[in-house]
Amino acid sequence: MVEAIVTRNLTKKFKDLVAVDHVNIDVKKGEIFGLLGPNGAGKTTLIRMLCTLLAPTEGTAKVAGYDIIKEDGKVREHIGLVSEKMIMYDRLTAVENLKLFGKLYNIPKDTLEKRTHKLLKLVHMEKWAKSQIGTYSTGMKQRINIIRALLSVPDVLFMDEPTLGLDPQSTTEIREFIKRINIENETSIILTTHMMVEADMLCDRVGIIDRGKIVALDTPRSLKRIIGGEDVASVDIEIPNLTNEMLEALRNQPTIVSVVRENETHLLIRAKGEDAFDDIIDTIRARNGKIAFVKSLEPSLEDVFLHITGREMRAEVSSKVKSFQGGGRHGPPALSRRVR
Amino acid sequence: MGAGDTLRHSLWIAWKDLLDLWRNRMAMVMLILMPLFMMVMVGYIFPTESALENADVGLANEDDGPLGIAFAQNLTYVSEESGLMSLKDSTGFDDIKQRIRDGELAGGVVIPSNFSSNLESGTQAVVEIVSDQSNPQISLLLQGILTKVIEQMGTWRAIANVSFQLGVNSSEALAIVKPYTVETRGIVPGNPSYFDFVAPGIMAMTVMMSVMTGLPHAISYEKEFGTLDGMMVAPIGRLSIILGKTIAQTSRGLIQGLIVLGLAVLIFGVTIQGNFLLLLFLLILGVLSFVGLGILITSVARDEQTASMAMMTLMFPMMFLSGVFFPIQQMPVFMQYIAWSLPLTYATSALRKVMILGADVQSISTELIVLITFGIVLLAVAVPIFKKAMKK
Ligand SMILES: Nc1ncnc2c1ncn2[C@@H]1O[C@H](COP(=O)(O)OP(=O)(O)O)[C@@H](O)[C@H]1O
Ligand SMILES: [Mg+2]
Repeated sequence: MVEAIVTRNLTKKFKDLVAVDHVNIDVKKGEIFGLLGPNGAGKTTLIRMLCTLLAPTEGTAKVAGYDIIKEDGKVREHIGLVSEKMIMYDRLTAVENLKLFGKLYNIPKDTLEKRTHKLLKLVHMEKWAKSQIGTYSTGMKQRINIIRALLSVPDVLFMDEPTLGLDPQSTTEIREFIKRINIENETSIILTTHMMVEADMLCDRVGIIDRGKIVALDTPRSLKRIIGGEDVASVDIEIPNLTNEMLEALRNQPTIVSVVRENETHLLIRAKGEDAFDDIIDTIRARNGKIAFVKSLEPSLEDVFLHITGREMRAEVSSKVKSFQGGGRHGPPALSRRVR
Repeated sequence: MGAGDTLRHSLWIAWKDLLDLWRNRMAMVMLILMPLFMMVMVGYIFPTESALENADVGLANEDDGPLGIAFAQNLTYVSEESGLMSLKDSTGFDDIKQRIRDGELAGGVVIPSNFSSNLESGTQAVVEIVSDQSNPQISLLLQGILTKVIEQMGTWRAIANVSFQLGVNSSEALAIVKPYTVETRGIVPGNPSYFDFVAPGIMAMTVMMSVMTGLPHAISYEKEFGTLDGMMVAPIGRLSIILGKTIAQTSRGLIQGLIVLGLAVLIFGVTIQGNFLLLLFLLILGVLSFVGLGILITSVARDEQTASMAMMTLMFPMMFLSGVFFPIQQMPVFMQYIAWSLPLTYATSALRKVMILGADVQSISTELIVLITFGIVLLAVAVPIFKKAMKK
């Protein structure tokens, strides 16, 4: 097996809606492949087809070397799934949940017990092993949900938004855990996310998906280079006396590509051209705006998305903006400076 | 994938479902309450003879003669002794009619003014029974009882007359007056009530409802919750999933069926004449004949709500057409055809034969064959549809 996943013109239509549109991707063995796109882009639909949960309308795919239609049983033996909704029973304990799925994968009793113990320890959940899942926090649930998918030591692991809705600490831990599985077991991982940091941090390669189509596919670094040469300024700026008039003026600046108002005093601005940075500052100053703080951001995958699709990804996922900022130590390096 | 694997996987799925049910306190309470309600409801809403306990019946004696007065006294005595009705004095037909309308009386008896004179002149005397046709059940019962009582009183009078005139003793006189008499000899020991009639049907129905609502619920719920994906993506046969769910729901249905049986025996005095194991086997077979239907509806319905609605729509006619509450033979002919095309009809019929009549396997072979065929055909249709629907 050379390729973990190969898709050829994989397509899914729901009546008139083309949710996944002739997708061709090759995921290498041992790779972490990210599918990045806004809500409704077709990430989940693509994953579900690859997991044999959904029949494609057109095209084919091979997962772990097996055809997802003709050899769906074989495919199932080699994959693990962490889906958007957690696959766990609230009234069963962690151990009981793991036992059920272990049995469904025909894992021998001894092996199952050993693995259960080891995995629970890895995610620091031994203490809770005998409590019903219903009593857990979301972060705790997701830890168990992920190790459930790992019980059978799959060759290919699918993770659909694995950190969605989790607290920052769980998010960080789970991201580290994903990296670890990938390295230790050489598990090929395909994960979907609409968070730039996540794709940036974890993935060897990222496919950007928009309206069912793969619009770009490369390493995060190369993707960022696409727009790197274009003098794009990405600025995080705080103006205590921000007015609507100022906002309008900024939006009307030809060099400014987009303005997102984070809150009363906070703006995220992107601009193109050599003088982009000066334009932003001048426009604000000309309207007596006080600039309390400016942070220039390195181009992120988000900029790539904007660049390629011409649309703001953030506007569609505004609730997730904070996790972008709170990228923490793994986040993109930021260049901060105080303005006089 | 071998049959052993399929069975083993399905047992684990059933284990999970039953463990989940066991820990769901609300569901456990409902599990026990549902058959209880069912039994109590059926036990007490349907009219039985005891419904006529102490019914108020108007008695108007328009006859002044001694025979009229004697008749009225006799009737009062008999009704008091039997405890079936309590006679109230009335002035006549119109008064009784008015008081039935007011809800004071259930019916009435009128002794016409020519009662004594007719009897004395050797003519038949008429006693009028006033019946309220707007309440056919009660009116029928009342008519029956009154007719019987009055006829009995007539017989006594005839015996007295005959033995006096012919100089024979009263038993000889009885043989002259009533040369024929009827003795009913039931094939069931004891005195089976309406409850013995309905109990098997209610058992069949409880089990059916348990599976028909339980199965779609169990599958659609997991589908909506996303946990079904966990089983669908595991390397197990699709049949294991269906089988596992079925085993769990069958167990649930059986527990409810047995609760019904227990209540019927302990509280309502129903006796089981047949083999208990055969009864159990029939219940399981009944369940299996509905599984296909349950899966079919789950596959076709988009979400849990639609599935439940479809189930209800199917279940109600079944409940009333399958001879659970009323004998099928009483229905109009075309309804009988419908009844005999429902699996519940056969399950009810077989259970009834085994429970009340003590029938053996041979006497219910038709029912067995129909139930098995029904189950297999529906399952054969449902499983492929289920597989396809899950991948849409
Ligand atoms: N079962 C379905 N029936 C009809 N439309 C669907 C179904 N599942 C997804 N869609 C539609 O397909 C598109 C892609 O959805 P999805 O794959 O869930 O996107 P994502 O996971 O990227 O947010 C959306 O427009 C969604 O509404
Ligand atoms: Mg999704």
